[in-house]
This record gives sequence, structure tokens and C-alpha cells, in this order.
Amino acid sequence: MSSISVLLIGIGLIAVSGLPVGLWRKGWSQILSVIIFVSGSLVGLAGTFLAFLSPEQPSISLPWALPWGQWSIAVDNLSAFFLVLVFSVPALGSIYSLGYWKQKEHPENGGRLGIFYGLLVAGMALVLIARDAALFLIVWEIMALSAYFTASVEDEKPEVRKAGLVYLVATHTGTLVLIAMFGLWASASGSTALASTASIPLETAGLIFVLAFVGFGFKAGFMPLHVWLPEAHANAPSHVSAVMSGVMLKMGIYGILRMLSLLTVSDLWWGILVLIVGSVTALLGIAFALGQQDLKKVLAYSSIENIGIILLGIGLALLGKFYHIPALVLLGLGGALFHVWNHGIFKSLLFLNSGAIIHGTHTRDMEKLGGLAKKMPWTAGLFIIGAVAISALPPLNGFAGEWLLYLGMFTTITAQATQAGPDIMLAGLTAVALAMTGALAVAAFVRLFSTIFLGAPRSDEVNHAHEGDLSMTIPMVLLASAALLLGLVPFVISPLLEAAVQAWHPEGVYIDEISSLAGQYWFPLFGGAILFLAGLGFIWYRVALHKKQNQEERLTWDCGYAKPTGRMQYTGTSFAQNLVRIFSFTLLPQKDRIRIRETFPQQERFSMKLPDLVLERWILPFFTWIAEKFKKAYALQQGQTYLYVLYIVIITILLFVVTTFGGSL
Amino acid sequence: MIASVTETLVHLLLLLVLPPFLLGVINKTKAFFAGRNGPPVFQVYYDIVKLLRKGLVISNNTTWVFVAGPIIGIIVPILAGLLIPFGSVPAVLSFSGDFLLFAYLFALSRFFTTSAALDTGSAFEGMGSAREVTFAVLTEPAMFFVFLVLARLSSTLTLSGMLSMGTNPLYGIGSMAPLAMLVIGLFIVLLAENSRIPVDDPNTHLELTMIHEVMVLDHSGPLFGLIEYGASIKLLVLGSLLLNIIMPLHSLSLGLGALLWVAGLVGISVIIGVIESIMARLKMPRVPALLIASILLCGSALIMLVR
Repeated sequence: MSSISVLLIGIGLIAVSGLPVGLWRKGWSQILSVIIFVSGSLVGLAGTFLAFLSPEQPSISLPWALPWGQWSIAVDNLSAFFLVLVFSVPALGSIYSLGYWKQKEHPENGGRLGIFYGLLVAGMALVLIARDAALFLIVWEIMALSAYFTASVEDEKPEVRKAGLVYLVATHTGTLVLIAMFGLWASASGSTALASTASIPLETAGLIFVLAFVGFGFKAGFMPLHVWLPEAHANAPSHVSAVMSGVMLKMGIYGILRMLSLLTVSDLWWGILVLIVGSVTALLGIAFALGQQDLKKVLAYSSIENIGIILLGIGLALLGKFYHIPALVLLGLGGALFHVWNHGIFKSLLFLNSGAIIHGTHTRDMEKLGGLAKKMPWTAGLFIIGAVAISALPPLNGFAGEWLLYLGMFTTITAQATQAGPDIMLAGLTAVALAMTGALAVAAFVRLFSTIFLGAPRSDEVNHAHEGDLSMTIPMVLLASAALLLGLVPFVISPLLEAAVQAWHPEGVYIDEISSLAGQYWFPLFGGAILFLAGLGFIWYRVALHKKQNQEERLTWDCGYAKPTGRMQYTGTSFAQNLVRIFSFTLLPQKDRIRIRETFPQQERFSMKLPDLVLERWILPFFTWIAEKFKKAYALQQGQTYLYVLYIVIITILLFVVTTFGGSL
Repeated sequence: MIASVTETLVHLLLLLVLPPFLLGVINKTKAFFAGRNGPPVFQVYYDIVKLLRKGLVISNNTTWVFVAGPIIGIIVPILAGLLIPFGSVPAVLSFSGDFLLFAYLFALSRFFTTSAALDTGSAFEGMGSAREVTFAVLTEPAMFFVFLVLARLSSTLTLSGMLSMGTNPLYGIGSMAPLAMLVIGLFIVLLAENSRIPVDDPNTHLELTMIHEVMVLDHSGPLFGLIEYGASIKLLVLGSLLLNIIMPLHSLSLGLGALLWVAGLVGISVIIGVIESIMARLKMPRVPALLIASILLCGSALIMLVR
């Protein structure tokens, strides 16, 4: 059996995995669904592995009944790299749902969730292997719409409906741009097949690139196209958020990379554009994350930041392609792809974790939590692994990925690179942007972790908190182990990265190039040293200090105050206040306060929130304005079906007239 | 690249033994300016030993994170110190991209010290850690401008290579002005990262205006000893980064170079002591302006180099 048929069997299993829970809506059928899903994922992984090993690119091309395109699929190493993510993270999410979204606790929507979860993941896998524009758009829509249905399962809540609507508008605007892009592609290259061609002139290629960048950008969610992302991620069930953020955003990245690999030409401004968008997205994404009170919105904005970091790598690779500097292509794209995996791992870990917190406390508001580490020690320990990894700190995987990106950035400033073109030195500045992003990420995740898990409880919710089931903890443990593994021995995935970069830019020679970076082989040493010495420190603390019997437990020293309470602690908002003030020129925080003026003042209050810059300040006012102007058009919309049928008939007749007599006019 | 056994031993000895002495020198300088005799220069050693032998009181709010703060806080400066050459004593370890590890190790320690502070649930410590992370957002870009300038001048991506650029043709008269700006910028970063005046005041800790000292308010006994020791090592490591740029000693013999390097560090400590004696701490809202100035200085140094 060929690798591609194995792959298709896996995808098929995943696509139908929701049927048992959808049809019978019982606990046992949910377990059956999860078993089908996980086995489909394992089969898919096996198929991906076979495709990676096969010497020539496995592909199938069949005619179909549609007027355009054909049923054409193929797996190259770029697809394979993303497929691994699609077949691993959602499977863990599916196991997690057994404890998190129990069928007996959600009898009304568990079936719907199961069905569309399977379709979403199958759609993503098909997007990665589609090699025809028409097929691509079809499976892209399957993915986008299934994501809508999975994310808005709790549609009895108004905020879920609003988030779903914004998502639907954003994703279809993106699809619209993609249709234009593929139309242009088909007319320029002469066919809808997504195969590399040299016949496209540079100007057309530039237009295709911009359309692809914008169209896929709506899915990837970089600024200012991220508008749907924070609300949709916050309001979806947590394992769906994990899949959306950890995997689905990457489909946008994949789309951009795929189109770039098909266009053999490239221009200087492409790379510069991507670098600028990447830097702005990374900085603003994490700055907005700092000001959020909803713990899942913090994670959502941080996803935007990480997409920005991935874009920085793609921008470097484009510069390298333009200037013919293979090292830059390798480090840039290799770092970007490594970060695609890394973000898939630690962000889904954190989202699953947030699900456990919500499951245990029934709130998403971090200011109502605090001291949770005592009630949920496992969740706390796993969360801190995710938080350290996402802040790109050694010895975990985030650092290993950004290390490659930084090396790429610093390569641009050395003398060899500047001989190719002096402009390239500007790319070195992105290292400073990334460094600032890193420092902000530490601030954001110290704030998130500490406000939720450390200190004293801020409300009663915490006292009733409890750990989730084993089915929730095991997926998180696996993700945390992956973060540790890739941080300690990052060179294990170098062959995959090299193969994917090679598939993206066949002109260069990349095999064994990352593996030759000597620095990678020090990672196990210093990572191990950190862990070993920290372990030693804890043993010293336990043994030496406990034996002495001179350790006392007292109240926190609050400068002599005898009765400190949870409400006296620093809140997440106050923790971020200094930084929000520094960035207020772009964050534009909304403050609501009563100033104390009289001698006997009224009760004082202060609140601050950070509305989304693009959605709340540009897009919603714009649409309100449009709606105002188009009020007259309401006359056309009567809500009567026969009228709409009439419109269709009129349009059909008009089209008939135009096509019949149009030529003679 | 790995150093020889003798060099490694000398390096480790200097890294582990010398740091508290530098704090002693700073205190002595400050005492001199105040017209006092001041504590002996070795007082900090006595303090650390005394603290390590004491018992400790911990807050009943805390978890293991509270202990992780001091432990990571001592491991990180030691590991980072291995990557940096001490004058003519080469770095113990050196590989392409090690400067990234250097920068991110300190971020790791920041993650755990600020979390440990928040673990106590005290508003004072919350304030301290909020300031710590805020100012780091401004020192980190300055630090990376420094690395960019050094990478440009030395055309290498190892910390040792960057700091031994005396042999590089670009390191001549033409690069003096950018290097001078770089040194001033880096010195501001050094003061901020080591919680010295004018950013922070290491002497008072019960006021609302403090950063580092207020974060460790609830740490006592051996844990506090670790923090003190770790902070002194951090001063030595970051001071060496600066010193290697000012005084390229790498080509001297091991003994002479090490001696001059110790002298240089004592010099930096005296300068820090003088600054602490003649300046007041800045008002907290003014600190970002100072740190942004250091970003601008280091950034301008880069612009002058690449023109």
C-alpha cells in the first residue's frame, strides 16, 4: 500500500470519528469516537512517515466532475512537517475531551462538537496535501466552517455567538481574497494545478504574493488581520482553542509558505514587508496579552505574538532567497518551522491547562483566582513548564527555536552577508524587536502564572477547585515532555527541518546543514546542568533544612501588618500597569475611575480594560457606519422566501440576456 | 571550544570566590564618601556564611516556586559566567550562539525570582516584581544592540569572539566613538540589572520605591544567603562583559591578564560606589527614560557602524 493511501485512510478515519458520539450521544460512543480519532491520527502519522521516507514525492491525480481543476494531492516534506502537527496535537485534545467535555455533562452539544472536531482536523490534513486550487479552496472551507461549528458549540451564550460571527466574517473575507489569488494564479500559470512554474512575471508574482499574504493572513491572524482571534479562542471549548491556536493558525502560515515555494521569483520588498509585519505583530500581540484579564485571551493574544515570530523567520528566508544566502534561508525558515511545532506544543499545553483551570474553578477571570497551586499542583507544575517554554527560556523548546531565528538575524549583520547587499543589515534590527518581545513575554507569563497559581486565593472559587481527570492530565504531561525533549535535544528534528526547507527552496542545498551547527550539541549539556543543579538545590533545601528543625511557617511579612488578605495582593492588572503605561500610545487603554475630590469622598472605584485596537476602534465603527448608510437597502430584504426566489430568477434572466446578447453589444 | 584544565580551574575559582569582594569594595567606597570607616571589605563573605547557617521563616502562602527563585537565581549567574572570558582567562565554554544563551539565562532567573516574589501574596513584593519585569523590557533591547554591535565588529557569533575583537581591523580609531557610546549604554544596563543607584537602591528595602530588595522581603536565612551570593556573581559576570570591551586583555599571559582583570573589576566597583555616593535614586517614573537613553546610545552605536 502506498504511503498516500495510508494517509488517506487515516484522514478518513478522523473525518468520520465524530459519528458515534453524534449518532448515539452516550458516554460509550464518545469513547468510541476518541478511539477512532486517535487510531486515525496514528495511521496518518504512519502515512506521513512513509511519505517522508519515500524517495520520490508520493502523489495522486484524478479527474473529477467539476468544471475546474482535478483531484490532485501530493505529500512533499513541507506538507509532511505540518502533517505531524495535525496528527498529534488534536489527538491529544481528543483524549482530553473525555474528561473535559464529558458527554453526560454536555448532552446537548457533545455530539455536534465531536462531529465537527473530526471534520476540522480532516480538513486541515487535506489542506496540507491538496495540490489543486479548486480542491484547496474546497477543503479550506471545510476546515474553516468546521472550526466555526466547533468553536461556537455553546451558542446559547451571546458572547459565543458574537465571537463566532466575527470569525465567520473574517474567515470568509480571507477566502474571498484567496479566490482572487487563485484566480490570478490560474490565469498567470495556465492551470489551477499548484505546481511550481517559472512562467509568472515578477509584477504578477508580487500581486499573487500580496493576495496570498493577506488571504492566508486572516487565518494565521497577524496584525491587523487578527480581529477574530482573541474572542474566538477565548469562547471555544479549551481543547478546541488548543487545536485552533496550536494547529489551525499554522494552516495560514503553511498557505503563505506553499505559495511562496510555487513562485520561483522573489523581490526584495517581500521579505521586508514580512519582517515589518512580523515585528509589529510580535510586539503588539504580546503587549495586548499583558493587559487582558481573561486568561484565555492572554493565551490568544500570545498566539498572535508567536505568529509574528514565525513571520520574522519567513521574512529572513525571503531575504536569503533574494540575495542567494543559503544560510539565511536555512536559519530563517528552519527557525520559523521549528517555532511552528514549538508553538503547537506549548500553546496547546497552556490551552489544555486553562481548560483544567476552568473545569476546576468555573471562571476564566484571572483576578478571581490565586493560590491555585495548592489545590491543583499537577496543573500548576505543567503550566509553569508551558509558561517557561513560551517565554523562550532555556532549557525548553521555545529557546531552541528562537535560537535558530536569532542566529539568522545575526548572520545578516556579519560582513559576508552585507557584501550581498547593504540593505540586509536592517534585518539585524529584528533581533532587537524579538528581544523586546521576549522580555514582554516573560512579563506576561509571570503575570499569568503567578496571578492564577501563586499567592493567596482572591475568591471563593479557588477553595472548591480540584484537579481534572487522568484523561485531562495525561495529554498535558505528554505535551510538556515534548517541550522538554525538543529543548534538551533540539537536533533530533534537524533532519525534518532541513528536508522541509529543501522542499521550500529546491535551488539551495540544505541537507545536513542545521545538523552541522555545533552550538546545538551544547543544548543537552547546559539544559541538563540547569535541571541537575536545580534538582540538587531542592534536595539541599529538603534534606539540610528540614533536618535542622529550624524552619518556621508564618504569615507573609507585610511590613508588620498582622492580617493580610487575598484582596491586598497585587492583581494581574496592577502587575501590568507600568508596562501598559509605557505602551499606552498604541494600546489605548480605557480607564474608568472616580477621582477623590471632596473631604468626605464617595466610594472610589477604578477599572481598566484594553479593547482590541483594530476590531473595536476601526472595524466595528466602520461597519456601523456602513450599516447606517445602507439603511435604504433594507427595503430589498423582506424576509420573504418568495421574494428571494424572485431575485434569483431576475438575476438568472439578466445573466442569460447578458451572455446571449452581450457579444453583439 | 573548551578551555584547558588549568584555565577552567582559574576561571571557576575567580567566578565563585571573587564576587562578594566586589560588593565589599562598593560598600567601602560609599563609607569613604560618607566619612565612615565602614564594614571590612570581606563583610559580605561573613554575611553570606552567617545567613547560610541560620534557620528560616517562610510564609504559609508559599509553594515550591518560592524556593525555586533563589535556587535558579544562583545557578544562572554561575552558568552564564562560564560563557564569558575573564580577561586573559578564556571562557570555559564557547560556541556559536552562546551569547543568546547568556541573555536568556538571565531571563530565566528573572522568571523565577519574580514568580517567587509573587508567591508570598504580598503587595510589596508584587510591586517589586512588576518593576523588575518592566525595566527588563527596556534593558533587553539595549543588550541586543550591544550584541549586534559586537557581532558586527568581530564578525563572530560567539561571546568569546565578540569580546576578543582587539585583533579585528574594524576595531580601530573608526570604531572608538561607537564603542564609547556602547560602553556608556552598557554601563546603564549594568546598573539597572544589578539594582544599583540610580535605578534601585540596594540599602533600603522597606520602602515602596524599591525593586530587588523588596522582592526578597520574605526570603530569610539560607535562601536569602543564596540570593545575596547570586546577586554578587551577577555583578561580576555583567561587569566582566563591560570590562572586556573597555580593556581587551585576552592576549596577555594568564596571570597578568587575570590580575589586571581583577583590578578592572575593582575599578568598576569603585565607580559604582562613587555613583551611589554622589547621586540620588531616580524617581520611579523617570527610570524608563534613563533606560531608553541606554537603548538609544547602543542603537546609535550600531547605526554609526553600519552607516
